[in-house]
Amino acid sequence: MTETRSTDLPSDGNSIVLSVDGVSVRVSPGCTVAAAVLMAGTPTRTSVSGEPRAPLCGMGICFECRVSIDGVPYQRSCQTLCLPGMKVTTTGAQLLP
Amino acid sequence: MTQIFDTLVIGAGPAGMAAAIAAAESGQRVGVVDDNPAPGGQVWRHGTPLPNAGRRWKGQFEAAPAVRLAGWRVIDCLRLAPDGGVLRAECNTPSVPAADLHFRHLILATGARERFLPFPGWTLPNVMGVGGLDAMVRGGLPIAGKRVVVAGTGPLLLAVAAHLIKRGAQVVAICEQASLAQMAPLGLALLRQPGKLRQGAAYRWATRKTPFLTHCWPLAALAEPGADDHRDPGTQPRLRTVTLHRNERQWNVACDYLACGFHLVPNTELATLLGCQMQDGFVVTDQQMRTSTPGVWCAGEPTGIGGVDASLLEGRIAGLSAAGKSEAALSLSQRRPAIQAFTQALEHACRLNPRLRDLAAEETTVCRCEDVHMGALRERSSARDARLHTRCGMGPCQGRICGAATEFLFGWLPDPARPPIFPALVSSLMEEAAAGSPAQPEIDSR
Amino acid sequence: MTDPYDVIVVGAGIVGAACARACAAQGLTTLVVDAAGVGGGATAAGMGHIVVMDDSPAQLALTRRSQQLWGALAAELPSKVEFEPRGTLWVAADEEEMQEVRRKQVVYSAAGVRTEVLDAHSLAAAEPQLRPGLAGALLVPSDAVLYPPAAAAYLIHQAMDLGARMLPSQRVVAAGRGQVRMEDGSSLSASRIVNACGAGAISLLPELPIRKRRGHLLITDRYPGFVHHQLVELGYLKSAHSVAGASVAFNVQPRQTGQVLIGSSREFGEEDAAINHTLLAAMLRRAQSYLPRIGALKTIRVWTGFRAATPDKLPLIGPWPDDPSLLLATGHEGLGITTSLATGELVAAEIAGVKPEIPAQPYLPARFLDGSRAASQQGLFEEAAHD
Ligand SMILES: Cc1cc2nc3c(=O)[nH]c(=O)nc-3n(C[C@H](O)[C@H](O)[C@H](O)COP(=O)(O)OP(=O)(O)OC[C@H]3O[C@@H](n4cnc5c(N)ncnc54)[C@H](O)[C@@H]3O)c2cc1C
Ligand SMILES: Cc1cc2nc3c(=O)[nH]c(=O)nc-3n(C[C@H](O)[C@H](O)[C@H](O)COP(=O)(O)OP(=O)(O)OC[C@H]3O[C@@H](n4cnc5c(N)ncnc54)[C@H](O)[C@@H]3O)c2cc1C
Ligand code: FES
Repeated sequence: MTETRSTDLPSDGNSIVLSVDGVSVRVSPGCTVAAAVLMAGTPTRTSVSGEPRAPLCGMGICFECRVSIDGVPYQRSCQTLCLPGMKVTTTGAQLLP
Repeated sequence: MTQIFDTLVIGAGPAGMAAAIAAAESGQRVGVVDDNPAPGGQVWRHGTPLPNAGRRWKGQFEAAPAVRLAGWRVIDCLRLAPDGGVLRAECNTPSVPAADLHFRHLILATGARERFLPFPGWTLPNVMGVGGLDAMVRGGLPIAGKRVVVAGTGPLLLAVAAHLIKRGAQVVAICEQASLAQMAPLGLALLRQPGKLRQGAAYRWATRKTPFLTHCWPLAALAEPGADDHRDPGTQPRLRTVTLHRNERQWNVACDYLACGFHLVPNTELATLLGCQMQDGFVVTDQQMRTSTPGVWCAGEPTGIGGVDASLLEGRIAGLSAAGKSEAALSLSQRRPAIQAFTQALEHACRLNPRLRDLAAEETTVCRCEDVHMGALRERSSARDARLHTRCGMGPCQGRICGAATEFLFGWLPDPARPPIFPALVSSLMEEAAAGSPAQPEIDSR
Repeated sequence: MTDPYDVIVVGAGIVGAACARACAAQGLTTLVVDAAGVGGGATAAGMGHIVVMDDSPAQLALTRRSQQLWGALAAELPSKVEFEPRGTLWVAADEEEMQEVRRKQVVYSAAGVRTEVLDAHSLAAAEPQLRPGLAGALLVPSDAVLYPPAAAAYLIHQAMDLGARMLPSQRVVAAGRGQVRMEDGSSLSASRIVNACGAGAISLLPELPIRKRRGHLLITDRYPGFVHHQLVELGYLKSAHSVAGASVAFNVQPRQTGQVLIGSSREFGEEDAAINHTLLAAMLRRAQSYLPRIGALKTIRVWTGFRAATPDKLPLIGPWPDDPSLLLATGHEGLGITTSLATGELVAAEIAGVKPEIPAQPYLPARFLDGSRAASQQGLFEEAAHD
């Protein structure tokens, strides 16, 4: 499995590993899921006409950063902090409850 | 869950924190709701690096005896009367059920968001807001060594550019749409605000190696790399080049991120839902920050975009007034005129050049949720007409992004807010308010 | 002043749009006037379920005819109209409701509407999100779903292609005796005037036996495949029939966008568009009792709309006895999207003096005036409540 690593956050030893579309991403505590998805280099969602989209506002109002988190679709990744073991899926996520 | 408060504050930015502190120190049972997981609002919510003032205020806020609902959004108002009401809030953790927040006094400190204008390519990944990119970086996105163009209008440009440089970014250009002449009155107003002037000077010093271009704006964001750009394209289409425009000249700049935002617009969905009187898009208040709706106060950016100091002052006034300390509130409000002068100068400096209306081409997306193009909107007559016939504004952002754009592009006033004011789980609307609800309806006979 | 029109249609909701199209197709010079734009009234609030209903033989005739007309139009409707032949599933919770399914099948088939009875097993297979243990359903495959404002806009476009004119942003303050007077003081004349103002028709003709009946709807984010058919309960059989009280029913629709539209509620006596949270909550709990996982979907928006209700649940279509120049096309309650096309056909046939496809008599406004002029509107509704 490939691993992407955040280099920009102070490393205090207790970093978090989560998965973005099956790729593990290592981040520091306090990192948002949106930042983790950007680090993984993937868009957050596919627009209704099929364009790749990524975060715009960073403050919870544009809804471009929506991803599925642990199977729950349509979560705003910019308002969600990374937790160890989180499973994030971007485009093409299973949407039915 | 049901919670009962004397004073309920919506928003934990500077205004909301100041209001909560003031109300709590007056002995009120205070609740504070904020969508963000951390307090501090747009300026101070991300931990590092925090200026002294921010650290002090956040420290005080965290020490204040208040119930903090962090990561909760107010989605609806179930009841409103002069002696109090009930708001419904939803937690950002989906497994937590919605809560009813009962209050006697309500303080709206819902802040502002960036205004975005459509231009070709603005939907590409890595084109973000100015505050948007800043939030990503504060939220952990590595930016060292990345080439960034910062564009749009307003004081945020310089502040964010300075921060990005500090984090090791290579800020290629700062493009301010306003002309130097248009910004002059703001310069004069700053002379009377030594603190702000010092801060501005520090930002410019930090960004001194980056050209600050006035009367300059992006024409397009492109996914194609420029001829001299040999960086790894990656597998996904993303921003590679920005076309800039200044004084009839246009040129391409290679970059990894474009941070582009056109100043701020207030978050007034909740205020309009509660029927607060509005003027020119802002909530109208009296000297004590009371709105036209009895029992409802408003402080901070929804009353005018005045920056942190204005928000802190208004928040404190509102908190004192809600706690019944009218005299203290009125005496503090003596300080407002000086700050309001700055607000006005800022508004003037950020007034949008009408030529920005021509940025969007026919096929440029205006509504990002529903992918509605500029060409489809031209023949529509109002925001509602556009919504019904093109789906513009029908998506999950509920028109928060495209609404500010179409107001500038076509002069359309935004639709009145409709519950839920944020997308909410169906289950969050399934319970009625705890008390005072009428009898059960019958099952329909169709 | 311009030459008088043959017809002025007041109201560009889906009913007015259908009337204008049908009149223009008869070669009549036609003008449509609306206080706002096209399809912004109840038409913008409705669910867009094209449905055959059999509360009465007259309702069956009108909905059946309309459904056929929509079917014939389907191929030419632009994609914006989002027309989809989803079919309706009338869901039966138990054996008693299954008997209603079989009764309905007999009635529908006599009217030439093909249906199919699903047992518990095939219902579960058709709609896996439904709660287990339901008895079955009646499938009406020819029922459909569309997006009403776009449908109204299409009908207006067609009318204009046939020579009709559209005058938006003009509120009509008086209509009758061959004259239509606008709020700005101007007036236009026509041989016939069609009042197609929906629930607003009473503002031009206060004596109409019409009451506003508010309804709530909720739309979710996109969850393609959550449901596949328009799902409607037959459960009302066991609860009190009520015209006057507030009520809710399970009525859920898949949109072409993948969104789920959740209805519905009915209440009289409410004039403003505000949300009744108690009723909304009851409506959603009703939906959840059939679709247990619906609570996990995200709501984008909730709104209300007003149906124009008549005491006998049939619309008012045809001449107004007191004024030979005036026709009505209103009172469609919760079926105006469906019945707009047959309404237009009846109105145009009346004006052109040709024989309509279905008998016009059950819908004639005169039915409320015959001998009972003294009865108050309220009295009429109360009578209906007890029938
Ligand atoms: C993106 C951005 C970046 C900024 N950066 C700077 C900067 O670097 N320096 C500077 O001086 N100024 C900056 N500003 C301006 C700054 O926001 C204001 O000066 C100051 O933060 C205003 O404080 P406030 O309390 O009025 O609003 P805000 O700080 O915006 O706080 C409002 C809070 O209310 C919450 N909220 C809104 N509606 C609801 C609801 N329905 N339910 C729950 N919570 C809700 C929001 O999530 C937000 O946290 C920035 C503004 C923005 C929009
Ligand atoms: C919640 C709900 C769900 C529904 N679901 C369905 C469904 O699934 N299927 C179905 O078939 N039906 C449904 N309906 C019913 C359907 O929406 C209506 O019957 C239909 O839209 C009525 O159309 P209309 O053209 O008569 O009225 P409207 O759409 O209300 O149009 C009236 C027009 O007249 C104009 N007007 C009014 N007064 C004046 C004036 N004085 N001067 C000028 N113009 C004026 C208005 O601006 C408006 O445009 C539903 C209704 C509601 C409320
Ligand atoms: S980036 Fe806009 S909502 Fe998250």
